[in-house]
Amino acid sequence: MIHIEGLTKYYHDFCAVDHISLDIRKGEIIGLLGPNGAGKTTTLRMLTGYFQPSSGTIRVKDFSVSENPLDVKKCIGYLPESAPLYHNMLVFDYLHYVAGIWGYIDDARLSRIRKLSDLCGLEDIMHKTIGELSKGLKQRVGIAHAMMSDPEILILDEPTSGLDPNQIVEIRKIIKEIGKEKTIILSTHILSEAEATCDRIIIINKGKIVADGSTETIRRSQDSGSTITVTLKNALFPEVEHAMKAVQGVRDIHKKPSESEDLLTVAIACSDDRDLREAVYTIIKNHPWIILEFHQESTSLENIFRNLTMEN
Amino acid sequence: MQQVKHIFKKELKDYFTSPIAYIVITIFLMVTGWFFFMTFFLNNQANLRNFYGLLPFTFAFVIPAVTMRLFSEEMSIGSYEVLLTMPVSFRDIILGKFLAGSAFVAAMLLPTLSYPITISFVGNLDLGPIFGGYVGAILLGAAYTAVGLFASSLTRNQIVAFIIGLLICFSLTLIDKMLLFFPGSVVKVIGYIGADYHFQNIAKGILDSRDILYFASLIFLGLYGTALAMAEKK
Repeated sequence: MIHIEGLTKYYHDFCAVDHISLDIRKGEIIGLLGPNGAGKTTTLRMLTGYFQPSSGTIRVKDFSVSENPLDVKKCIGYLPESAPLYHNMLVFDYLHYVAGIWGYIDDARLSRIRKLSDLCGLEDIMHKTIGELSKGLKQRVGIAHAMMSDPEILILDEPTSGLDPNQIVEIRKIIKEIGKEKTIILSTHILSEAEATCDRIIIINKGKIVADGSTETIRRSQDSGSTITVTLKNALFPEVEHAMKAVQGVRDIHKKPSESEDLLTVAIACSDDRDLREAVYTIIKNHPWIILEFHQESTSLENIFRNLTMEN
Repeated sequence: MQQVKHIFKKELKDYFTSPIAYIVITIFLMVTGWFFFMTFFLNNQANLRNFYGLLPFTFAFVIPAVTMRLFSEEMSIGSYEVLLTMPVSFRDIILGKFLAGSAFVAAMLLPTLSYPITISFVGNLDLGPIFGGYVGAILLGAAYTAVGLFASSLTRNQIVAFIIGLLICFSLTLIDKMLLFFPGSVVKVIGYIGADYHFQNIAKGILDSRDILYFASLIFLGLYGTALAMAEKK
């Protein structure tokens, strides 16, 4: 559906996007993740043809973005960050204007607006000025705008940023609804959102793709394993460290701050998918230590994200 | 052409749904009306010469205020990005906005038709210069609109766009009155650049192709500059 090769964008001598290559299949919901300034928006803007890439090619279906921008625009619905719409226009007037630009006339124009208003829940606000709407409603109008041409690909730049939790759920619902038939690319820096809505996650940092795949594959590829956290009484760190290092599969062990002096909290990082709880427990049982706490957690997407995008 | 029409309609509607249009029209009518009728009865002549004499100056002030929002506003609220990702070309956008601005200037001129009508009651009016004057005013207005549009495409700040537009329009109005300061060899060229000179020619009732060509090229330059400024942002 979308084929990107060697996409690069320089702002003067700052490299915002650095040789990104990517294939996007039909029907995928893709989450573009990355810290602020990673190049998400720039990438999306080049996809829509708003920015000219410094080098590299983008093909949408069979069209090249630089050679057939009009054909590409017809396949893509785009909503920039925070839905920058004309705030002095009425919602209806705005959609009417956009429908006109997309070539709908007379009855088709009205029925298209009605259909989008049903999809995005706009009936009650049709005769309000866009500037008066809350952020969530504005975002819905923006999605209606992006869906106007019934595009095969929908690109949303941070569709839920700045919304309250209820509005976020509503927008997600609309995105999921649309995603049944369309290819959607959305950028976000909220990880739980990407996990909840996307089939495939692409993490970019400093203009480069650092991870690409479903949440599961990213977890696995990042050698994430799990961490067992134990709080012990009557134990000394060197002793515990020595004993635990003997267990196969323990990658690292370090001390964590504990609530009082006679308690010791350690985090045991396990390197692979094997469950080491049993082994760890057996060791503890063979020592005169008292367990107060014992739990295991698999490395969260947050941690992976931090590892991948941290400044060294 | 359909796209130009949609953009034109939207921009024109924007003008008349915001208070700025009415403020600008009021100021324009007050200034031209006051200066025109202040000396009209002293001169005791049934013509619009004073009105036309002043028009390039009032236009130089008023038109940049009309055009300053056309691109700057879009860029500052970000809707420029939305606009460019719709199926419209640069040409559609520029022409739509330019025509809307020019139509607004024409609408602003409309109430001044009451001047020649009232004057025709008190004296014998020569219709040639009146007609020529209005043709010239439309051409001049369109040319300044193109210049203002260009100024607006340079910056997201409307005030800055206004000042740049004002600066260019004002220079174009005044330059043929500064010929004294230029060396003899360029006087002719500089004289030709002056918008006021060409406008006054037409306002005499003489439709010379050179004057019309001047305004046409000014419009073209303004719109072309706008297109360059837009391409630069990509």
